[in-house]
Amino acid sequence: MTERMNHFQQKEKHVFVPFITAGDPSPDSTVELALTLEANGASALELGIPYSDPLADGPVIQRASLRALQQGMTLEKAMTLVGTMREKGLTIPVIIFTYYNLLLQLGEQTFYEQALRNGIDGLLVPDLPFEESESLRKGCEEHDLSLISLVAPTTSPERLAHIGAQAHGFLYCISSLGVTGTRSSFSTDVMSFLEKAKAATSIPVLIGFGLSHKTQMQAFESQCDGFIVGSAIVKKIEELGPDLVNEETRDTALGAFSTYIAQLVP
Amino acid sequence: MMKTTFPDHRGRYGKFGGKYVPETIMFALEDLEKGFQDALQDEAFLHEVNKELMHYSGRPTPLTYAHKLTEALGGAKIYLKREDLNHTGAHKINNAIGQALLAKRMGKEKIIAETGAGQHGVAAATAAARYGLQCTVYMGEEDIRRQSLNVFRMKLLGAEVVPVTSGTRTLKDATNEAIRQWVAAVKDTFYMIGSAVGPHPYPQMVKYFQSVIGLETKEQFTSITNKTLPDKIIACVGGGSNAIGMFAPFLQEDVELIGVEASGKGIETGLHAATMAQGTPGVIHGSLTALLQSEDGQIQEPYSISAGLDYPGVGPEHAYLHESKRVTYEGVTDAEALEALHLLCIEEGILCALESAHAVAQAMKEAKRMTTEQDIVICLSGRGDKDVHTLFEQVKEDLQ
Repeated sequence: MTERMNHFQQKEKHVFVPFITAGDPSPDSTVELALTLEANGASALELGIPYSDPLADGPVIQRASLRALQQGMTLEKAMTLVGTMREKGLTIPVIIFTYYNLLLQLGEQTFYEQALRNGIDGLLVPDLPFEESESLRKGCEEHDLSLISLVAPTTSPERLAHIGAQAHGFLYCISSLGVTGTRSSFSTDVMSFLEKAKAATSIPVLIGFGLSHKTQMQAFESQCDGFIVGSAIVKKIEELGPDLVNEETRDTALGAFSTYIAQLVP
Repeated sequence: MMKTTFPDHRGRYGKFGGKYVPETIMFALEDLEKGFQDALQDEAFLHEVNKELMHYSGRPTPLTYAHKLTEALGGAKIYLKREDLNHTGAHKINNAIGQALLAKRMGKEKIIAETGAGQHGVAAATAAARYGLQCTVYMGEEDIRRQSLNVFRMKLLGAEVVPVTSGTRTLKDATNEAIRQWVAAVKDTFYMIGSAVGPHPYPQMVKYFQSVIGLETKEQFTSITNKTLPDKIIACVGGGSNAIGMFAPFLQEDVELIGVEASGKGIETGLHAATMAQGTPGVIHGSLTALLQSEDGQIQEPYSISAGLDYPGVGPEHAYLHESKRVTYEGVTDAEALEALHLLCIEEGILCALESAHAVAQAMKEAKRMTTEQDIVICLSGRGDKDVHTLFEQVKEDLQ
């Protein structure tokens, strides 16, 4: 684990981990958005790599992927963007969120080398279940990277115990069935799911999928260590997109983004 | 010859296959694996599947000796396994009946399915009607436009057709969307996949339900010819369900097996669906297989005149059979397939599907190089009624 991830795990307060798509609306603005997120309380950043076939994602992140692909974004380019973020002073851990095929084509070794070179702390692969992740788990451990594990409300108690015991960084609890995207309400079972997840692991337990309001997060506060917010933020970026890429309006747009993030988390 | 013990306990065929899916549906795949294995031990279930194939779909389908086509080509004798004579017009119904009965046995009341041109969608809607299941079919908006009659057929059969507007709005996106919807409704919904693709145990299960094609062929060939085995068996490959069903009982036998993929307008034009020839190992729809993709791993949109062959991946067992060289995979262009389709019409009075015409075209090349004492079996996977509109447009295009 990196020093940054270690620091992240020690936080007393609830952590806030935002997700943004690399290259949306442009590579430069991704760097600016990351810095703005840290300035507004983000404890870590999940950086999504655009993919042609994102089967765990809802329409908002699908659209972001498409925009980023049109910008020519790739896994390798996104990793060098993190290097730029570091040069510009980003200190929070960065977790690369990528579908497995992109990683497979880049090659695990190249990924580890680039991760080290660019100050990357972790990896999350939404379509790589525990059973398929053995080589990646080993490789990440050897290279001080945290491979983030996901658990869902449908994960059996035995699996939860198994995954929880071997999880790194933080345990990502999927709040509800379905793909990414905001939900208007959550099942009452979420609380007991989070409780079981907390019992299954010694690392921080974060909840994600569907969170878009402070009040939703407050409801889960007692049973988790933090929140992951993706689609709601990506949707805001979509709205601000044209202004973020226009030099004359960029600062105003970043200001609006700042205001939005500040009111988002408890 | 090597004994096949695939898939292994992880659902692998050599390095191919596996389960590359979100954690949320892992339990459903485990459930399905168990449900499928249980069903295979249940005599009553197997009897029910066979009975439905016989009395509802019209099996066994004939093995027809194509004597005029044989004479016209002047080489090996050509036999046609007539999957085109199935209810709904193609082999797709074999799998749809099997999976629908399995869904019922597992206590599911809803099925979802993806479809490209609409053939699997129609088969799924048909089986759902027959067995009292609620059916939702995901179909790319672009395919809905191109195949409006099949959309209407599915609706007539009581299915709901949901347009998919993501990505390139074709089969691969419809499959993504079906998987996404399955993730959301996984507790009470059965995902009926249409080809020998997807995460384990789907490729294994689809192969099982389609292997009736090969099993019947083996018996029929012997009874017609008094020989044990044909020299070559040829089938078209998109996802590869008719091919794997046809090949299954022959994999351990001394028969040359040939899969035919779509070379479209020619490999060199970039407009093709030649996954084996041009693909590299990658993950699509939950399975590691041969895949048409860019260097950095974005999935590429394939092309073929035949909507059933334009899939950027292929079933993982085919990827393995290609790598192990047990099956040879050849390419046939749009033009060659069209020529074969016309020849089969004129010589045998059979209008086959454009997909199946790719297998016929390859057989034409092979037969000429063989003796009159040798035998070729073609899997004629479907009938061409669905393609009449495409053929009509093609003739107009050729005239201009």
